Amino acid sequence: MTLTKRIIPCLDVKNGRVVKGLNFESIKDAGDPVELAEKYSNEGADELVFLDITASNEQRKTIKNLVRNVASVIDIPFTVGGGVKSLEDARNILLNGADKVGINTGAIKNPKVITELMELFGRQCVVVAIDAKRNYNVDEKKNIFTKDNKQFWFEVFIYGGKEGTGIDVIDWVKDAEKLGAGEILLTSIDKDGTKDGYDILLTRTVVDSVSIPVIASGGCGKPDDMIDIFKESNVDAALAASIFHYETHGVNGVKSYLKDNKIPVRL
Amino acid sequence: MASVAIFDYGAGNIFSLKNSLEKVGATVDVITTFDNENKYSGLLLPGVGNFDPAMNSIRNFSKIQFKEYVGDTPVLGICLGMEMFFEKSEEGKEKGLNVIDGEVIILSSSMKIPHMGWNNLEIKKPGKILEGVENGSWAYFVHSYRVKPTSNDVITAESDYGIKVPAVVEQDNFYGTQFHPEKSSTVGKIMLENFLKECKK
Repeated sequence: MTLTKRIIPCLDVKNGRVVKGLNFESIKDAGDPVELAEKYSNEGADELVFLDITASNEQRKTIKNLVRNVASVIDIPFTVGGGVKSLEDARNILLNGADKVGINTGAIKNPKVITELMELFGRQCVVVAIDAKRNYNVDEKKNIFTKDNKQFWFEVFIYGGKEGTGIDVIDWVKDAEKLGAGEILLTSIDKDGTKDGYDILLTRTVVDSVSIPVIASGGCGKPDDMIDIFKESNVDAALAASIFHYETHGVNGVKSYLKDNKIPVRL
Repeated sequence: MASVAIFDYGAGNIFSLKNSLEKVGATVDVITTFDNENKYSGLLLPGVGNFDPAMNSIRNFSKIQFKEYVGDTPVLGICLGMEMFFEKSEEGKEKGLNVIDGEVIILSSSMKIPHMGWNNLEIKKPGKILEGVENGSWAYFVHSYRVKPTSNDVITAESDYGIKVPAVVEQDNFYGTQFHPEKSSTVGKIMLENFLKECKK
């Protein structure tokens, strides 16, 4: 046996509550983050990710108490991201009980914070989160892909997917790895919310560009989407939110299904 | 009730470890120096940080040195904490604590680094920390280096990551886990309880 694929429920947190978009409707309250964390942990989640979804825009700090309360009830690893700009922000998260800190916009704005974090806390704590979107304005300096006769490249977006940076995702992941990232959390903006499956091309390309672990995110609507991404790429972990909110797909149920389909998971 | 201390290098997630120990009945203090009297029945070197800064925090801020402070108190080193038991590490230039012979080397470059996630424990021989832990149990690993003891006799469990990675070591009053028991769910809890049992003796 060897290392298993990780299944990671993601909890989007706003004002101290978990929120979700239900059937493409507006954001609804999905419960208490601490209770959900405990539930997912007991159901066999391999890790948890908390994202303060409004933090980058509103320049808010991730809530210290939330981190503490979650850390008090679960005994699996968890990552906290959202609005992390400085070493001090990251420290606040890690010293209050999170195992890893996710940094997205803050890493683009100030890449050396990745190195500072790595030197102080170790590489394994530093998750560089990247929101990627296909850009069809082809520029020959970018890594160009062709699908359905259309050419495009993957652009890094920041501020919760609202602002393009002109930076190529493939270049950025390589830089992030060199700077000290221990893991990449890769979200496809194109796929996010579609429940249409992960972006396989994006994921595979990023996984093959770095030698650190990569978490696929965005687009998971059913357990088969996880099977696809694990079979079609060498990705290490699959993150999902909405599928775990329905009782029909508890974490344990999803993992059993993956195991039946020859994906190595912890059960 | 065992009273233990966690040594804080100033850069780690001490909270989860402290919390896990308290859940299994320990009283936990966090210490940053060895200059006060050792009134504890166990010491933990936690698992997050970087080799050189962590070694410096252990060596440079106390007049009393580690070995002198510890004596025969049981010590559990987790991940980096276990790596520091050895003579030196490829992660840094500083000398290790040198309580177990051997060195710390980077994982095989043919595999992704860090080794991050849940992996099986292959139990090689009985050990105090492993009492009640089944062969094949899952533990949560996150590390870029592995220990290479001079004598394989100190290794009680391994894990397969392209190569065999020593997962648990025991020598005298020094116990080390490459994985994080405080993040390894029920199995990790058993191992922390086992360590506390040693602390009570």
